[in-house]
Amino acid sequence: MIQTDILIIGAGPVGLFTVFEAGLLKLKCHLIDSLGQPGGQLTEIYPKKPIYDIPGYPSVLAGDLVDRLMEQIAPFKPGFTLGERAEKLQQVDKKLFKVTTNKGTELCAPVIAIAGGLGCFEPRKPPIDNIEIFEDKGIDYIIKDPEKYRNKRVIIAGGGDSALDWTIILADIATKVTLIHRRSAFRGAIDSVEKVMSLANQGKVNLITEAQVSGLQGGDVLDAVVVEQDGNPFFQIDTDYFIPLFGLAPKLGPIGDWGLEIENNAIVVDTYDYRTNIPGIYAIGDVNTYPGKLKLILCGFHEGTLMVQSAFKYIYPDQKLSFKYTTVAGVHGFN
Amino acid sequence: MSDTIHITVVDREGVNHHLEAPTDMSLNMMEVCKSYQLPVEGTCGGMALCASCHMYVLSEHHLPDKTEDEEDMLDQAFFVRENSRLGCQIKLVNELDGLCVELAKTSS
Repeated sequence: MIQTDILIIGAGPVGLFTVFEAGLLKLKCHLIDSLGQPGGQLTEIYPKKPIYDIPGYPSVLAGDLVDRLMEQIAPFKPGFTLGERAEKLQQVDKKLFKVTTNKGTELCAPVIAIAGGLGCFEPRKPPIDNIEIFEDKGIDYIIKDPEKYRNKRVIIAGGGDSALDWTIILADIATKVTLIHRRSAFRGAIDSVEKVMSLANQGKVNLITEAQVSGLQGGDVLDAVVVEQDGNPFFQIDTDYFIPLFGLAPKLGPIGDWGLEIENNAIVVDTYDYRTNIPGIYAIGDVNTYPGKLKLILCGFHEGTLMVQSAFKYIYPDQKLSFKYTTVAGVHGFN
Repeated sequence: MSDTIHITVVDREGVNHHLEAPTDMSLNMMEVCKSYQLPVEGTCGGMALCASCHMYVLSEHHLPDKTEDEEDMLDQAFFVRENSRLGCQIKLVNELDGLCVELAKTSS
């Protein structure tokens, strides 16, 4: 069981900076994120894009900003639980919450700061009729163990790196690999594109371009997919597995069922200290909403800063908190 | 009112929404749909990085060609057709008066 002062859900820029502001008040933080690395959207969606509205940085690449934040919070030794999604919330004591992740990790803290951005990143599921029926019965959105597909027929859809890479890997494992992509150009790494083309020429991969999967066939398990190709009528390909690889998209996820007041997919907060309707739970950054809300990293930093002041008073109601400038007091990390 | 154009958006239930939009505020179609509370997510904020504003252009308007970024991003959308565009990449200009688009199905 992990114990901390503030459990931060979401390791994006706002969650990360909150560790710093909490650290100045001697509060320890632990972060959970469904992604395998810190940085949230900045790392996952746009690491190479410049951001122009971080004060003091006329331009900074999103990925670099995350690196700087990690450096800035290092003295406060935050804990990280990455690649796990905060699933369940329990109030175990008057001032103690327990959060359990989808992998069973248990984390306890008197205060929870939800800095979940747009939610947790999950694979994009094609809006094909009946797709839910065949999930785990022939349809996988994530490949965990390639051995599962040994001597099976597999259809992969998508045009990015993961579609290309898995096509290459599974070409040696599965009996038949078909790659379906909506156009003839691929956006993946050139090496991978060339490899797939050469496997297709050797007949090791069945490459179908300018086509999309538009239907699914089967009974208890998936039997075939229906393909729609430019200039061709619909045709069917028999298969054991269909693996759509269309990248990740954020979903609010389990947090939406925690009893928090939600409006338009965001958590309603009081701008006094960004508290939610549940005492001890705050929401900061893109995940919250209030009149005049702007989804800016800059605003999230402000929200996290005010929030930790309130969290301190919530945890230690009898202690006096005197505000100190870092320029005067310095930054004293944790041992 | 030369700086206002009229646009029709067909939502995912097939309902037509007739919108008015200014052309002097450098808005794009994703932003206009959002401002009318139509179900367009625009997750990435208009950087052509999320494909959540995928729409079909139904009218005959001539739009600037897709950039490589937009084309790449459409790879992560579904049921992409010849007339598929990302709303965030359609800049509102006077020439687009009468534009008609249909919102594409999104990831379930």
